[in-house]
Amino acid sequence: MLQQSIKSFIQQDQQIQYLLHLADNALILSHRNSQWCGHGPILEQDIALTNIALDQLGQARNLYQYAALLITEKTGISTTEDQLAYLRDVGEFKNCLLAELPNGDWGQTVLRNFLMGSYQFFLYQELQQLASGQLKAIADKSIKEITYHVRWSADWVVRLGDGTTESHARMVQALELLWSYTGEMLEPCDYEQGLIGTQSSYIKAAWEAKIAAVLAEGNLVHPTNDWMQSGGKKGLHTEHLGYLLAEMQFLQRAYPGLEW
Amino acid sequence: MEATIVKDKEKSIWNILETVCDPEIPVLSIIDLGIVRAVQVNEISDTVELTITPTYTGCPAMDMIGAQIRLALAEAGYHQVNIQQVLSPAWTTDWMSESGKQKLQAYGIAPPVATNFNQVYLEDLEIACPNCGATNTKLVSEFGSTACKALFQCKDCLEPFDYFKCH
Repeated sequence: MLQQSIKSFIQQDQQIQYLLHLADNALILSHRNSQWCGHGPILEQDIALTNIALDQLGQARNLYQYAALLITEKTGISTTEDQLAYLRDVGEFKNCLLAELPNGDWGQTVLRNFLMGSYQFFLYQELQQLASGQLKAIADKSIKEITYHVRWSADWVVRLGDGTTESHARMVQALELLWSYTGEMLEPCDYEQGLIGTQSSYIKAAWEAKIAAVLAEGNLVHPTNDWMQSGGKKGLHTEHLGYLLAEMQFLQRAYPGLEW
Repeated sequence: MEATIVKDKEKSIWNILETVCDPEIPVLSIIDLGIVRAVQVNEISDTVELTITPTYTGCPAMDMIGAQIRLALAEAGYHQVNIQQVLSPAWTTDWMSESGKQKLQAYGIAPPVATNFNQVYLEDLEIACPNCGATNTKLVSEFGSTACKALFQCKDCLEPFDYFKCH
Protein backbone atom coordinates (compact mmCIF):
# COMPACT_ATOMS: atom_id res chain seq x y z
CA MET A 1 0.00 0.00 0.00
CA LEU A 2 1.02 3.55 -0.65
CA GLN A 3 2.11 5.37 2.49
CA GLN A 4 -0.89 7.09 4.14
CA SER A 5 0.82 10.50 4.13
CA ILE A 6 1.41 10.31 0.35
CA LYS A 7 -2.16 9.11 -0.16
CA SER A 8 -3.54 12.07 1.79
CA PHE A 9 -1.28 14.45 -0.10
CA ILE A 10 -2.53 13.16 -3.48
CA GLN A 11 -6.14 13.63 -2.32
CA GLN A 12 -5.46 17.32 -1.80
CA ASP A 13 -3.28 18.12 -4.82
CA GLN A 14 -5.13 18.54 -8.11
CA GLN A 15 -1.99 18.79 -10.21
CA ILE A 16 -0.84 15.36 -9.02
CA GLN A 17 -4.34 13.94 -9.49
CA TYR A 18 -4.33 15.21 -13.06
CA LEU A 19 -0.92 13.67 -13.81
CA LEU A 20 -2.01 10.36 -12.28
CA HIS A 21 -5.20 10.44 -14.35
CA LEU A 22 -3.16 10.83 -17.56
CA ALA A 23 -0.66 8.19 -16.45
CA ASP A 24 -3.36 5.70 -15.39
CA ASN A 25 -5.11 6.07 -18.76
CA ALA A 26 -1.85 5.24 -20.54
CA LEU A 27 -0.86 2.39 -18.20
CA ILE A 28 -4.21 0.58 -18.09
CA LEU A 29 -4.69 0.84 -21.85
CA SER A 30 -1.11 -0.37 -22.31
CA HIS A 31 -1.71 -3.32 -20.01
CA ARG A 32 -4.89 -4.34 -21.84
CA ASN A 33 -3.10 -4.12 -25.19
CA SER A 34 -0.13 -6.09 -23.87
CA GLN A 35 -2.54 -8.94 -23.03
CA TRP A 36 -2.75 -9.56 -26.78
CA CYS A 37 0.97 -10.41 -26.91
CA GLY A 38 1.20 -13.85 -28.52
CA HIS A 39 -2.53 -13.93 -29.31
CA GLY A 40 -2.83 -11.50 -32.26
CA PRO A 41 -4.66 -12.64 -35.40
CA ILE A 42 -1.43 -12.61 -37.42
CA LEU A 43 2.17 -12.07 -36.38
CA GLU A 44 2.52 -8.57 -37.90
CA GLN A 45 -0.56 -7.27 -36.09
CA ASP A 46 0.43 -8.95 -32.84
CA ILE A 47 3.71 -7.03 -33.13
CA ALA A 48 1.91 -3.81 -34.03
CA LEU A 49 -0.28 -3.91 -30.94
CA THR A 50 2.57 -4.82 -28.59
CA ASN A 51 4.57 -1.94 -30.09
CA ILE A 52 1.67 0.38 -29.33
CA ALA A 53 1.42 -1.03 -25.80
CA LEU A 54 5.13 -0.34 -25.32
CA ASP A 55 4.73 3.30 -26.42
CA GLN A 56 1.81 3.70 -24.01
CA LEU A 57 3.85 2.19 -21.21
CA GLY A 58 6.64 4.66 -21.97
CA GLN A 59 4.18 7.55 -21.84
CA ALA A 60 2.80 6.27 -18.54
CA ARG A 61 6.33 6.02 -17.13
CA ASN A 62 7.15 9.61 -18.07
CA LEU A 63 3.98 10.82 -16.35
CA TYR A 64 4.48 8.69 -13.20
CA GLN A 65 8.12 9.79 -12.99
CA TYR A 66 7.06 13.42 -13.17
CA ALA A 67 4.29 12.92 -10.59
CA ALA A 68 6.72 11.05 -8.30
CA LEU A 69 9.25 13.88 -8.59
CA LEU A 70 6.65 16.50 -7.67
CA ILE A 71 5.36 14.42 -4.74
CA THR A 72 8.93 13.98 -3.48
CA GLU A 73 9.63 17.72 -3.81
CA LYS A 74 6.38 18.81 -2.19
CA THR A 75 6.19 16.30 0.68
CA GLY A 76 9.86 15.52 1.25
CA ILE A 77 8.96 11.81 1.15
CA SER A 78 10.89 9.95 -1.51
CA THR A 79 8.37 8.52 -4.00
CA THR A 80 8.96 6.45 -7.14
CA GLU A 81 7.10 5.69 -10.36
CA ASP A 82 6.83 2.04 -9.30
CA GLN A 83 5.06 2.92 -6.06
CA LEU A 84 2.50 4.95 -7.99
CA ALA A 85 1.87 2.20 -10.53
CA TYR A 86 2.03 -0.86 -8.27
CA LEU A 87 0.99 0.18 -4.78
CA ARG A 88 -2.25 2.05 -5.37
CA ASP A 89 -5.54 0.21 -5.08
CA VAL A 90 -8.59 0.27 -7.36
CA GLY A 91 -10.22 3.31 -5.77
CA GLU A 92 -7.05 5.37 -6.20
CA PHE A 93 -6.81 4.77 -9.96
CA LYS A 94 -8.16 7.63 -12.06
CA ASN A 95 -8.27 6.14 -15.56
CA CYS A 96 -11.39 6.38 -17.69
CA LEU A 97 -13.59 3.28 -17.61
CA LEU A 98 -13.04 2.74 -21.33
CA ALA A 99 -9.39 1.82 -20.70
CA GLU A 100 -10.11 -0.97 -18.23
CA LEU A 101 -12.86 -2.88 -20.06
CA PRO A 102 -11.83 -6.37 -21.19
CA ASN A 103 -10.32 -6.61 -24.66
CA GLY A 104 -13.13 -8.62 -26.21
CA ASP A 105 -12.39 -9.65 -29.78
CA TRP A 106 -9.94 -7.97 -32.15
CA GLY A 107 -12.62 -5.59 -33.43
CA GLN A 108 -13.49 -4.40 -29.94
CA THR A 109 -9.78 -3.96 -29.17
CA VAL A 110 -9.01 -1.85 -32.23
CA LEU A 111 -12.19 0.20 -31.75
CA ARG A 112 -11.29 0.97 -28.13
CA ASN A 113 -7.82 2.01 -29.24
CA PHE A 114 -9.29 4.24 -31.92
CA LEU A 115 -11.83 5.91 -29.60
CA MET A 116 -9.31 6.47 -26.84
CA GLY A 117 -6.28 7.18 -29.05
CA SER A 118 -8.18 9.90 -30.92
CA TYR A 119 -9.08 11.50 -27.61
CA GLN A 120 -5.46 11.34 -26.44
CA PHE A 121 -4.33 12.87 -29.72
CA PHE A 122 -6.50 15.99 -29.37
CA LEU A 123 -5.85 16.20 -25.64
CA TYR A 124 -2.06 16.15 -26.08
CA GLN A 125 -2.40 18.64 -28.90
CA GLU A 126 -4.08 20.97 -26.41
CA LEU A 127 -1.50 20.24 -23.73
CA GLN A 128 1.26 21.24 -26.17
CA GLN A 129 -0.38 24.69 -26.17
CA LEU A 130 -1.60 24.96 -22.59
CA ALA A 131 0.91 23.09 -20.47
CA SER A 132 4.47 24.11 -19.70
CA GLY A 133 7.66 22.47 -18.52
CA GLN A 134 7.77 18.70 -18.25
CA LEU A 135 4.09 18.11 -19.01
CA LYS A 136 4.45 20.01 -22.30
CA ALA A 137 7.60 18.01 -23.06
CA ILE A 138 5.72 14.75 -22.44
CA ALA A 139 2.90 15.94 -24.72
CA ASP A 140 5.41 16.92 -27.45
CA LYS A 141 6.96 13.49 -27.27
CA SER A 142 3.79 11.41 -26.92
CA ILE A 143 1.80 12.98 -29.72
CA LYS A 144 4.25 11.73 -32.35
CA GLU A 145 3.68 8.16 -31.20
CA ILE A 146 -0.08 8.58 -30.82
CA THR A 147 -0.27 9.87 -34.41
CA TYR A 148 0.93 6.47 -35.61
CA HIS A 149 -1.39 4.62 -33.19
CA VAL A 150 -4.50 6.43 -34.39
CA ARG A 151 -3.62 5.91 -38.05
CA TRP A 152 -3.32 2.20 -37.38
CA SER A 153 -6.50 1.80 -35.31
CA ALA A 154 -8.57 3.98 -37.67
CA ASP A 155 -7.45 1.82 -40.61
CA TRP A 156 -8.63 -1.28 -38.76
CA VAL A 157 -12.01 0.25 -37.87
CA VAL A 158 -12.57 1.00 -41.55
CA ARG A 159 -11.27 -2.37 -42.70
CA LEU A 160 -13.51 -4.38 -40.36
CA GLY A 161 -16.52 -2.06 -40.51
CA ASP A 162 -16.45 -2.10 -44.29
CA GLY A 163 -15.29 -5.73 -44.52
CA THR A 164 -17.27 -8.94 -44.49
CA THR A 165 -20.78 -9.44 -43.07
CA GLU A 166 -19.20 -11.07 -40.02
CA SER A 167 -16.60 -8.35 -39.39
CA HIS A 168 -19.20 -5.62 -39.91
CA ALA A 169 -21.60 -7.27 -37.45
CA ARG A 170 -18.84 -7.54 -34.85
CA MET A 171 -17.89 -3.88 -35.24
CA VAL A 172 -21.53 -2.86 -34.80
CA GLN A 173 -21.63 -4.94 -31.63
CA ALA A 174 -18.36 -3.45 -30.35
CA LEU A 175 -19.56 0.08 -31.04
CA GLU A 176 -22.79 -0.58 -29.14
CA LEU A 177 -20.83 -1.91 -26.20
CA LEU A 178 -18.15 0.80 -26.01
CA TRP A 179 -20.08 3.91 -26.98
CA SER A 180 -21.54 4.69 -23.55
CA TYR A 181 -18.00 4.70 -22.14
CA THR A 182 -16.76 7.47 -24.45
CA GLY A 183 -18.52 10.42 -22.80
CA GLU A 184 -16.42 10.25 -19.66
CA MET A 185 -13.25 11.21 -21.58
CA LEU A 186 -14.82 14.41 -22.90
CA GLU A 187 -16.31 15.73 -19.63
CA PRO A 188 -13.55 17.37 -17.58
CA CYS A 189 -13.73 16.68 -13.84
CA ASP A 190 -12.52 19.02 -11.10
CA TYR A 191 -8.79 18.29 -11.35
CA GLU A 192 -8.87 18.76 -15.12
CA GLN A 193 -10.68 22.10 -14.97
CA GLY A 194 -7.60 24.08 -14.00
CA LEU A 195 -5.57 23.23 -17.08
CA ILE A 196 -7.95 22.28 -19.85
CA GLY A 197 -11.29 23.49 -18.51
CA THR A 198 -11.92 26.16 -21.09
CA GLN A 199 -10.43 24.18 -23.95
CA SER A 200 -12.45 21.00 -23.44
CA SER A 201 -15.03 22.10 -26.01
CA TYR A 202 -12.31 22.07 -28.67
CA ILE A 203 -11.21 18.54 -27.73
CA LYS A 204 -14.82 17.34 -27.77
CA ALA A 205 -15.62 18.89 -31.15
CA ALA A 206 -12.39 17.66 -32.76
CA TRP A 207 -12.90 14.16 -31.36
CA GLU A 208 -16.52 13.99 -32.52
CA ALA A 209 -15.56 15.10 -36.04
CA LYS A 210 -12.76 12.54 -36.26
CA ILE A 211 -14.95 9.69 -34.99
CA ALA A 212 -17.84 10.60 -37.30
CA ALA A 213 -15.54 10.66 -40.34
CA VAL A 214 -13.94 7.28 -39.65
CA LEU A 215 -17.23 5.57 -38.74
CA ALA A 216 -18.76 6.84 -41.98
CA GLU A 217 -15.78 5.56 -43.96
CA GLY A 218 -16.15 2.20 -42.23
CA ASN A 219 -19.82 2.00 -43.16
CA LEU A 220 -20.81 2.10 -39.47
CA VAL A 221 -23.88 3.97 -38.28
CA HIS A 222 -23.00 6.64 -35.72
CA PRO A 223 -24.64 5.75 -32.37
CA THR A 224 -27.40 8.09 -31.24
CA ASN A 225 -27.66 7.18 -27.57
CA ASP A 226 -26.15 9.89 -25.39
CA TRP A 227 -26.46 8.37 -21.92
CA MET A 228 -22.91 7.99 -20.68
CA GLN A 229 -21.18 5.94 -18.01
CA SER A 230 -18.76 7.75 -15.70
CA GLY A 231 -16.87 7.36 -12.45
CA GLY A 232 -13.40 6.16 -13.44
CA LYS A 233 -11.78 9.58 -13.13
CA LYS A 234 -13.00 9.72 -9.52
CA GLY A 235 -11.95 6.17 -8.66
CA LEU A 236 -15.34 4.48 -9.15
CA HIS A 237 -14.45 1.60 -11.44
CA THR A 238 -16.00 -1.43 -13.09
CA GLU A 239 -15.37 -4.84 -11.54
CA HIS A 240 -12.76 -5.49 -14.24
CA LEU A 241 -10.06 -3.16 -12.91
CA GLY A 242 -9.51 -5.10 -9.68
CA TYR A 243 -8.69 -8.28 -11.60
CA LEU A 244 -6.38 -6.38 -13.92
CA LEU A 245 -4.48 -4.81 -11.00
CA ALA A 246 -4.29 -8.13 -9.15
CA GLU A 247 -2.35 -9.54 -12.09
CA MET A 248 -0.33 -6.42 -12.94
CA GLN A 249 0.66 -5.57 -9.36
CA PHE A 250 1.26 -9.11 -8.13
CA LEU A 251 5.05 -9.06 -8.14
CA GLN A 252 5.46 -5.79 -6.20
CA ARG A 253 2.76 -6.81 -3.73
CA ALA A 254 4.23 -10.26 -3.10
CA TYR A 255 7.88 -9.12 -3.13
CA PRO A 256 7.87 -5.43 -2.11
CA GLY A 257 10.70 -3.42 -3.64
CA LEU A 258 11.84 -6.23 -5.91
CA GLU A 259 13.96 -4.97 -8.81
CA TRP A 260 14.41 -6.61 -12.19
CA MET B 1 44.10 27.95 -21.47
CA GLU B 2 41.52 26.21 -19.28
CA ALA B 3 38.79 26.79 -21.80
CA THR B 4 40.87 24.99 -24.44
CA ILE B 5 41.38 22.00 -22.17
CA VAL B 6 37.66 21.73 -21.55
CA LYS B 7 36.96 21.99 -25.28
CA ASP B 8 39.49 19.25 -26.03
CA LYS B 9 37.98 17.01 -23.39
CA GLU B 10 34.52 17.56 -24.73
CA LYS B 11 35.73 16.77 -28.23
CA SER B 12 37.32 13.53 -27.05
CA ILE B 13 34.08 12.59 -25.25
CA TRP B 14 32.09 13.09 -28.47
CA ASN B 15 34.60 10.75 -30.15
CA ILE B 16 34.20 8.14 -27.41
CA LEU B 17 30.41 8.32 -27.76
CA GLU B 18 30.84 7.46 -31.46
CA THR B 19 31.82 3.99 -30.25
CA VAL B 20 28.66 3.46 -28.20
CA CYS B 21 26.12 1.59 -30.33
CA ASP B 22 22.38 1.21 -30.25
CA PRO B 23 21.93 -2.29 -28.78
CA GLU B 24 19.09 -3.08 -31.18
CA ILE B 25 20.69 -1.67 -34.34
CA PRO B 26 24.38 -2.22 -33.61
CA VAL B 27 25.60 -0.57 -36.85
CA LEU B 28 24.39 2.80 -35.57
CA SER B 29 26.20 4.76 -32.92
CA ILE B 30 24.24 6.94 -30.54
CA ILE B 31 25.77 9.91 -32.37
CA ASP B 32 24.43 8.62 -35.71
CA LEU B 33 21.00 8.35 -34.11
CA GLY B 34 21.17 11.90 -32.81
CA ILE B 35 20.19 11.04 -29.25
CA VAL B 36 23.15 12.80 -27.62
CA ARG B 37 22.08 16.42 -27.32
CA ALA B 38 24.85 17.99 -25.24
CA VAL B 39 28.21 17.23 -23.67
CA GLN B 40 29.68 19.46 -20.99
CA VAL B 41 32.76 19.05 -18.87
CA ASN B 42 32.82 20.73 -15.49
CA GLU B 43 36.52 21.22 -14.70
CA ILE B 44 36.00 22.19 -11.07
CA SER B 45 34.00 19.15 -10.03
CA ASP B 46 35.68 16.97 -12.72
CA THR B 47 32.24 15.85 -13.88
CA VAL B 48 30.90 15.05 -17.33
CA GLU B 49 27.36 16.27 -17.89
CA LEU B 50 25.56 14.49 -20.72
CA THR B 51 22.12 15.22 -22.10
CA ILE B 52 20.41 12.47 -24.05
CA THR B 53 16.91 12.11 -25.44
CA PRO B 54 14.97 8.87 -26.02
CA THR B 55 13.93 7.87 -29.54
CA TYR B 56 10.59 6.50 -28.28
CA THR B 57 9.13 6.89 -24.78
CA GLY B 58 9.03 3.15 -24.20
CA CYS B 59 12.37 2.38 -25.82
CA PRO B 60 13.84 -0.42 -23.68
CA ALA B 61 17.33 0.32 -25.03
CA MET B 62 17.68 3.62 -23.14
CA ASP B 63 18.78 2.09 -19.82
CA MET B 64 21.31 -0.10 -21.59
CA ILE B 65 22.61 2.85 -23.61
CA GLY B 66 23.10 4.78 -20.37
CA ALA B 67 25.10 1.91 -18.90
CA GLN B 68 27.23 1.60 -22.04
CA ILE B 69 27.99 5.31 -22.03
CA ARG B 70 29.22 5.08 -18.43
CA LEU B 71 31.35 2.06 -19.28
CA ALA B 72 32.94 3.65 -22.35
CA LEU B 73 33.68 6.90 -20.50
CA ALA B 74 35.05 5.04 -17.45
CA GLU B 75 37.50 3.20 -19.69
CA ALA B 76 38.76 6.57 -20.90
CA GLY B 77 39.15 7.79 -17.32
CA TYR B 78 35.92 9.72 -16.90
CA HIS B 79 34.35 8.31 -13.75
CA GLN B 80 32.02 11.12 -12.70
CA VAL B 81 29.25 11.11 -15.29
CA ASN B 82 25.79 12.63 -14.94
CA ILE B 83 23.34 11.58 -17.62
CA GLN B 84 20.23 13.67 -17.90
CA GLN B 85 17.32 12.51 -20.05
CA VAL B 86 15.27 15.25 -21.72
CA LEU B 87 12.07 14.85 -23.74
CA SER B 88 11.90 18.25 -25.36
CA PRO B 89 12.63 19.05 -28.10
CA ALA B 90 11.34 15.61 -29.04
CA TRP B 91 13.74 13.36 -30.94
CA THR B 92 13.24 13.27 -34.67
CA THR B 93 14.74 11.15 -37.44
CA ASP B 94 15.83 14.48 -38.97
CA TRP B 95 18.67 14.33 -36.42
CA MET B 96 20.01 11.08 -37.85
CA SER B 97 23.38 11.63 -39.55
CA GLU B 98 23.88 11.04 -43.27
CA SER B 99 26.50 8.40 -42.54
CA GLY B 100 24.01 6.80 -40.15
CA LYS B 101 21.48 6.53 -42.97
CA GLN B 102 24.08 4.93 -45.25
CA LYS B 103 25.06 2.44 -42.53
CA LEU B 104 21.38 1.50 -42.04
CA GLN B 105 20.98 0.91 -45.77
CA ALA B 106 24.08 -1.32 -45.87
CA TYR B 107 22.77 -3.22 -42.84
CA GLY B 108 19.53 -4.06 -44.69
CA ILE B 109 17.23 -1.48 -43.09
CA ALA B 110 15.77 1.17 -45.39
CA PRO B 111 16.58 4.60 -43.87
CA PRO B 112 13.88 7.25 -43.30
CA VAL B 113 13.14 8.96 -46.62
CA ALA B 114 11.15 12.02 -45.68
CA THR B 115 12.10 14.85 -43.38
CA ASN B 116 8.56 15.89 -42.66
CA PHE B 117 7.07 13.98 -39.75
CA ASN B 118 3.58 14.55 -41.08
CA GLN B 119 4.32 12.05 -43.82
CA VAL B 120 3.09 9.17 -41.73
CA TYR B 121 1.08 7.74 -44.61
CA LEU B 122 3.63 5.01 -45.13
CA GLU B 123 1.86 3.44 -48.08
CA ASP B 124 2.31 6.69 -50.03
CA LEU B 125 6.08 6.73 -49.62
CA GLU B 126 8.47 5.36 -52.20
CA ILE B 127 10.82 3.12 -50.25
CA ALA B 128 13.73 1.49 -52.05
CA CYS B 129 14.50 -2.14 -51.20
CA PRO B 130 17.82 -2.23 -49.31
CA ASN B 131 18.57 -5.62 -50.87
CA CYS B 132 18.07 -5.04 -54.61
CA GLY B 133 17.37 -1.30 -54.82
CA ALA B 134 13.99 -1.65 -56.53
CA THR B 135 11.33 0.89 -55.58
CA ASN B 136 8.58 -1.60 -56.37
CA THR B 137 7.90 -2.25 -52.68
CA LYS B 138 4.82 -2.52 -50.49
CA LEU B 139 3.94 -1.80 -46.89
CA VAL B 140 3.26 -4.98 -44.89
CA SER B 141 2.78 -3.47 -41.44
CA GLU B 142 3.18 0.01 -39.95
CA PHE B 143 4.92 -1.54 -36.95
CA GLY B 144 7.99 -3.77 -37.15
CA SER B 145 10.43 -5.59 -34.92
CA THR B 146 11.07 -2.45 -32.84
CA ALA B 147 9.03 0.69 -32.24
CA CYS B 148 11.10 2.71 -34.72
CA LYS B 149 10.56 0.44 -37.72
CA ALA B 150 7.82 -0.58 -40.17
CA LEU B 151 7.73 -3.78 -42.19
CA PHE B 152 7.93 -3.68 -46.01
CA GLN B 153 8.33 -6.25 -48.73
CA CYS B 154 10.07 -5.90 -52.09
CA LYS B 155 7.83 -6.99 -54.94
CA ASP B 156 10.84 -7.55 -57.23
CA CYS B 157 13.19 -9.69 -55.13
CA LEU B 158 10.38 -10.67 -52.71
CA GLU B 159 12.57 -10.04 -49.64
CA PRO B 160 10.82 -8.59 -46.59
CA PHE B 161 12.71 -5.71 -44.97
CA ASP B 162 12.50 -3.16 -42.17
CA TYR B 163 12.02 0.54 -42.87
CA PHE B 164 13.14 3.07 -40.26
CA LYS B 165 10.06 5.28 -39.84
CA CYS B 166 10.13 9.08 -39.96
CA HIS B 167 9.51 10.44 -36.54
